[in-house]
Amino acid sequence: MTWNAPPGPTRRTLLRGGLAGAAALGLAGCGSPLAAGIAGTPLNPDTVTFWNLFGGGDGARLQGMLDVYREQNGPGSLTSATFAWGNPYYTKVSLATLGNKPPDVAVAHSTRATILAQAGLLEPITDELLALGGFSSSDFTTSVFDAGKVGDVAYTIPLDTHPYVLFFNSDVCGQAGLLDGDGKLVQIVGQQAFEDALTAIAGVTGGAAWAASNVGDTSGSWRLFQTLYWQMDGATDFLGDDGQQLTVNEDLAIATMEFIGGLAAKGLLTPTVDYAGAGTQLFTGKVGFQTQGEWEITTAQSIEGLTFGMAPIPQVFDVPAAQADSHTFIIPKMERTDEQRQLAMGFVKSMLDQSLSWAEGGHVPAYIPTLESPEFAALEPQADYAAAAEIAKYDPPGWYSGSGSNFENVVGSQIGLVQQQLASPQEAMAAIKSQLNTYLDTPSPVA
Amino acid sequence: MSAPTLPRQSSAASSAPPRTEKTSALKAEGRAGWLFVAPFALFYLLWLVGPTLYMLVTSFFNTSLVRPGLGSFAGLANYREMLTRPEFWDALWHTLYFTILTTIPLVVLSFVFAVLANRVRRGKWFFRLAFFLPYVLPSATISLIWVYIFTPDTGLWPAAQTLFGFDATAILADPATAMIGIAIATVWWTLGFNFVLYLAGLQDIPRELYEAAAVDGATPWQQIRFLTIPLLSRTTTLVVLLQIIASLKIFDQVYLMTQGGPGISTQVVLTLVANTGFTDNRIGAASAASVLLFVVIIAIAVGRQLIERRQERRAA
Repeated sequence: MTWNAPPGPTRRTLLRGGLAGAAALGLAGCGSPLAAGIAGTPLNPDTVTFWNLFGGGDGARLQGMLDVYREQNGPGSLTSATFAWGNPYYTKVSLATLGNKPPDVAVAHSTRATILAQAGLLEPITDELLALGGFSSSDFTTSVFDAGKVGDVAYTIPLDTHPYVLFFNSDVCGQAGLLDGDGKLVQIVGQQAFEDALTAIAGVTGGAAWAASNVGDTSGSWRLFQTLYWQMDGATDFLGDDGQQLTVNEDLAIATMEFIGGLAAKGLLTPTVDYAGAGTQLFTGKVGFQTQGEWEITTAQSIEGLTFGMAPIPQVFDVPAAQADSHTFIIPKMERTDEQRQLAMGFVKSMLDQSLSWAEGGHVPAYIPTLESPEFAALEPQADYAAAAEIAKYDPPGWYSGSGSNFENVVGSQIGLVQQQLASPQEAMAAIKSQLNTYLDTPSPVA
Repeated sequence: MSAPTLPRQSSAASSAPPRTEKTSALKAEGRAGWLFVAPFALFYLLWLVGPTLYMLVTSFFNTSLVRPGLGSFAGLANYREMLTRPEFWDALWHTLYFTILTTIPLVVLSFVFAVLANRVRRGKWFFRLAFFLPYVLPSATISLIWVYIFTPDTGLWPAAQTLFGFDATAILADPATAMIGIAIATVWWTLGFNFVLYLAGLQDIPRELYEAAAVDGATPWQQIRFLTIPLLSRTTTLVVLLQIIASLKIFDQVYLMTQGGPGISTQVVLTLVANTGFTDNRIGAASAASVLLFVVIIAIAVGRQLIERRQERRAA
């Protein structure tokens, strides 16, 4: 090939121009995140960097809370970043902390924070640290605060508990005769009563009665399973010994799956519906019940002309129980000055002071001054299901467990197949055991 | 991009040796060549060769993402784990299955569309654009589009099925069809690349050949069968090889459309590697799985090359 060089000056001018441009960029970049990253200096000592995983309604509400902080502390006081939740988020937090560039404060699920803590990525939440924000550990619901402990050391400052709850379409349930005079769901206790209620709803909708998402939503299927499984007497944690032992009560697990698969086979439970679709079915009256995390309250409230209510998941079996997790604040490990610590805790304080705004998004506050306030008690329908937080069943402890984890993917995906009638409970249990085998055999890579 | 035309040109250039040039000039040219290659070579060493070597090393250790250093020596334990783990074999099969599902239509359809678009008299630009346009979209966008299309009950596909009186199927929610759904999205997305390669190849075929064939009374089909296909064989070789390698590297669409589900029916090797390495923090085990996929890709590429060489020898 012949290479016809363009006239020299043109190329040189171009190069020179490019170099000058690059130099200008470098100079201008002195105060930029890029330069700070290269030089390893903090971005701005007065700025709090905050990472979170809140999308949808939660995300919108959080922005409002962050705006309040900015109003109080100046426009440059906060840099916040929102990432997609689940495994990718925790990978980002881990890698940023390992690279010594973590955010000042981050959000983590309680069940995932303990794993980060075991990996040595988090600062312990000591009484002294809490005192910087004007808190003590007794300001938080004890069970929620303790859920963030590894051994005796706390690693989280809890914000809320978010149980799996029941949403109901008031029009449909009213016609099915399931509402009392105040428009609240009547007490449904026991398997027979629950199935009768579903049958009554099916009579109104002419189709399914209850939507629970199971397509592309392994966490959703897991939440449903964990809720029903723990309602049975004799249920044991799915995993033991920090994920090294399979301690699930297999008979009860299979019974739970038979119940889920059976209702789907009868046409009472939707066999195949994705996350958004489950909501749509409830909002459009194609079903009367939807089981989902309470955060979907924001979506439900945004539907024009929809009357809906919420309640704890009915006690279908022996005892009440509901899958749940908690959003917490974590302080990733890095070298910090006392001022930076103070700043981080000041930010957490501001967020917790706005717990009521957060509770409007469906979450049950973990901050006792808000939880026990008359304002929270007056929130509707939050007050109707707040009790679900007291029967919370967190994901089993294990280095591969927790919200949005591989454990949820392995177990949830099989339960989803049972609901779809594509696997029998026995097949699902065998697949779960086989896929968990590698994890059971592998010593924790974070310990 | 126009690789099929390159060998001919370069061989033409080398067959005309420089007559009066001094060797020093050649050397200087060589040095300049290295200088031009240097920026790429540097990045290649830093970001490709380096990490690959690191991967080979870590595959023999219990390396953790969150612990400094290589961790304890594992010997072949990581390989043993992967080779005895049913999910790994499942993932490998799913990867190959996806490759089969996508390579054939991506080669055949892109050829057909290129021939058709090349024959169009008017609005050629429109067809070229139409086939190539999806390729410029990011994988996240095409995944979203196709997840919407395949949404159970309310998506475009089930709606169309119901409209025509069929039972609505949930493509991505059924282990039997989920990979096919991903393959359809991928074919729609990446067809444009092969299409452009074929189009470039087609325009390289001298018109006189077709005119001569037409004079000899060859039908359009005979022209395609005995002119176009043989003359595009080099392009086809390139397209097939690039396509197989691209398909074996499937990750984005699976990650975004099904997350490996339902069950683990669409879990492919690279999603398994990502899960093991970046979620389970087990870099050592993930490296072993990567090395195994690397071996498979090399084996397929070399095997294909051998078959082709034998064909060429037989043809010659």
